[in-house]
Amino acid sequence: MASWAGYNSKMEILDEKKNKNKKYKPILDGIPDWPVYQLSKNRKEFVEEVAQKSFERIKQLRPNAKQLISDLEATAYREQNRIKRNRWRVDPKDDSKFWSNIKNALVELGSKTTEEISASADSILEQIVMRYANEIAGNFKPNSYRVTRELIKFWFQRLLNGARVKKFGAFFRNQYTLRDKIQIVGKVKMLRKLAKEGTVVMVPTHFSNLDSILIGWVIHSCGLPAFIYGAGLNLFNIKILAYFMNSLGAYKVDRRKKNLPYLETLKMYSNLAIQKGAHSLFFPGGTRSRSGLIEKQLKLGLLSTAIEAQRNLYLENPAGPVRKIFIVPVTLNYNFVLEAPDLIEDYLHAKGQDKYFPEQDKYGSMQLIRFLFKFFTKGSNISVSIGTGLDVLGNYIDEAGNSIDNQGRIIDTKDYFISNDHVTTDKQREDEYTRMLSLRIVKEYHRINRVFASHLAAFVAFEMWQKKFPMLDLFSLLRIPEEDLELDYVEFKETFKRARKKIYELKAAGNVRHATHLKGNPDEVIKLGVENVGIFHLKRPLLFNKKGNIITRDLTVLYYYHNRLVGYDLDCCI
Amino acid sequence: MTSTAASDKPVGVIGAGNFGTVIANILAINRKVILYARNEQMVADMHANRESKGYALHRNVEPTHNMAVLASQCDVIFPMVPSAHFRAMMKQLSQHLHPYHILIHGTKGFDITLPEGQTIESISKLTREHVKTMSEVIQEESVVVRVGCLAGPNLAKELAQRQPGATVVASHFNEVKQLGKKLLRNDRFQVYENDDIVGVEIAGVLKNIIAIASGALSGLGYGENAKGLLISRGAVEMVYLGRALGGDLKAFLGVAGIGDLVTTCNSPMSRNFTVGYRLAKGEKLANILADMSEIAEGINTVRIAKKCADHYKVRALITDRLYKVLFEGMTVEEALEFLMRYPLNVDIDFL
Repeated sequence: MASWAGYNSKMEILDEKKNKNKKYKPILDGIPDWPVYQLSKNRKEFVEEVAQKSFERIKQLRPNAKQLISDLEATAYREQNRIKRNRWRVDPKDDSKFWSNIKNALVELGSKTTEEISASADSILEQIVMRYANEIAGNFKPNSYRVTRELIKFWFQRLLNGARVKKFGAFFRNQYTLRDKIQIVGKVKMLRKLAKEGTVVMVPTHFSNLDSILIGWVIHSCGLPAFIYGAGLNLFNIKILAYFMNSLGAYKVDRRKKNLPYLETLKMYSNLAIQKGAHSLFFPGGTRSRSGLIEKQLKLGLLSTAIEAQRNLYLENPAGPVRKIFIVPVTLNYNFVLEAPDLIEDYLHAKGQDKYFPEQDKYGSMQLIRFLFKFFTKGSNISVSIGTGLDVLGNYIDEAGNSIDNQGRIIDTKDYFISNDHVTTDKQREDEYTRMLSLRIVKEYHRINRVFASHLAAFVAFEMWQKKFPMLDLFSLLRIPEEDLELDYVEFKETFKRARKKIYELKAAGNVRHATHLKGNPDEVIKLGVENVGIFHLKRPLLFNKKGNIITRDLTVLYYYHNRLVGYDLDCCI
Repeated sequence: MTSTAASDKPVGVIGAGNFGTVIANILAINRKVILYARNEQMVADMHANRESKGYALHRNVEPTHNMAVLASQCDVIFPMVPSAHFRAMMKQLSQHLHPYHILIHGTKGFDITLPEGQTIESISKLTREHVKTMSEVIQEESVVVRVGCLAGPNLAKELAQRQPGATVVASHFNEVKQLGKKLLRNDRFQVYENDDIVGVEIAGVLKNIIAIASGALSGLGYGENAKGLLISRGAVEMVYLGRALGGDLKAFLGVAGIGDLVTTCNSPMSRNFTVGYRLAKGEKLANILADMSEIAEGINTVRIAKKCADHYKVRALITDRLYKVLFEGMTVEEALEFLMRYPLNVDIDFL
């Protein structure tokens, strides 16, 4: 411990309550017990079931042949367009052949009788959903899962120890593990319990491409079996990532495909997997937050599958006990987001149209490696905040898995699906439930979000600058030369203290969490915050100048980090 | 959903005031109804005389004083109590409710929750955090999510006489709208659907402001031109305010918006109208209130709407002038003069 304490005093403050970061035993002994393994072992049957059920669902949605054919035509047209314009390495080799066959089959429908048309349209649909189901399905391999896991652990450990313990041979020591670098806080014990009692659907915030790897590690580190995970197909383009993804139980979500058969098949895959008890993970924000804001609007498609799966379980098992589905919100809290400059450029570009002209400044792959190295060797910790479990209607869950209402009464989730004493299927009702659940998750995100000193420093600094130029809109503000911006330290400190007090109040009311390092001497906390916000960017969002005042090298990126704390009414303290 | 019609479970109504009694009677045409009243003596009287508020009770109506029984026998409940008591009623009812319950309320008014020691006037800003509609109160106080509301030009007296009329059932849930329709509709009562429950609720409250203004015009002795002007500009103001409070335009143009507004502005018997009428005759608010057994809902609505308009930066001229007349000693003539001189001449700018 001594060698480490001497290494960097600032790390001491960053380091959260260490005892909390203990190692958890796996809740299931062997991989063969894992639901995700069961799914992949019976992959062929499962894919067929997905295809069959998706087919039935689409037939329900498009009851007559004419409607169905018009959707199939649109699908074929868009798919051929995609192949022409936007081809990816992961796309199957026979893509263009398959779709031109489909197109020909659709053309031939014109010369058939009404009965024949209906039958052939069905068979075309069957081919399409079968293909999609196969494309989507994950390929969990226990052996490569184990290898991947050990690989990640080994190299991360080497990096950590090599860098931190400055002694010969430190490279091969095990004094530090990832758990010192990434803190898992919140309801871990509950999460483990819920994973034993029911099926967990984990819904984290999404800021960085590293999130999926990070969450994979968190799940393993909490002793949970691998989750199935809807990963963007674009990630599979990168070979090394594809290897990781495949071994972690990922299934593929292709955002280029917006057609009805694809979307229904995708939802059915998730729905059935959840029904079969596979713990699932998806980022309900859809893509990474471009603005740095905590997600306000969630994508409802995959979320609705959790509700549908729960209803189906009740429907199929009217009398007996039913495996419950638990929604667990998670926030990932960083001092630094590698892609921040690109993300915020995207955001401003979309928001401002021609008001804003982004500079071209792309990042190479060396950046990623440099980042990883810096991350493990310098003081920028990550914390993962696990929220209280919710049922599919957004009610809190107690330790035993019961849904609890505002008055602390135990309620039966099944009752939400009951009309006139029976569990019923009502698509519109469930759409509405999905919307309600998404609002609930957003609220939980804000509650479990963990405020770092760097977040608060970024928020206060940006808001102060904004207040100094009340006449400027955001875009004009961002065009002010950075050299003209300077905040008097004393003034900054007073404002920072006011905002920090407000954070304490919010925390006391249960409306946010904050890192322990936020407390204590304000000078030290501010120093920590300023030095850590966007720590590895070439142009630092916050710095001290020689006079000890606060300056910025990149106001746009500062704006990104500032956004993290928007929505807490902190601006009234500025 | 078709099975719902076949069900013969009774329907609950909470609150045996004018509107509650009349709605219970309408529901009783199709179903058995359990009607709850808070006052035990009143229930006993209803049993003895088979009437409430001067209306004869339909033979299918069963009065009760027991909320638990009502909640256990009825899956569908219509709360019809004044907004001032609504939250307290829900706190009492919620312990008996389950997520399978469906609540369709018929209460027009806002629920106000302020930090301790504050009043509408003293609080620095009044926002939607403090001002809730009844459907929001239901969801805050209970586990019920399938919520709907009834609103429209529904004068209890005319409904009781089986004069032709209509109402809107608003809900986010098709299930609730269909059910409301099925239960309420008869050959003299038309039922329309709307998705925007909050908009419909807000429209039903805000129209009270315009009702006071309508009484005031009448008190000054003005005729139909003035009323036409008021109703149309009043509707525009309701749209502005309503949008700021989270409603959608469409709710304000329908039966629960324009429909209710026209009815209310033409009913000289209503309390809101009377307040305006007497103000215009030169009486002071305190005197008028002293004569009234129940407070006119519109007076509170003016206070709330004015404060909200300030916070959300909505131009609400009629509300603002009425506030000055009610609480700051401005005369009705002065208020009218201001409005007539106001240099704003765009008719409709929200479509």
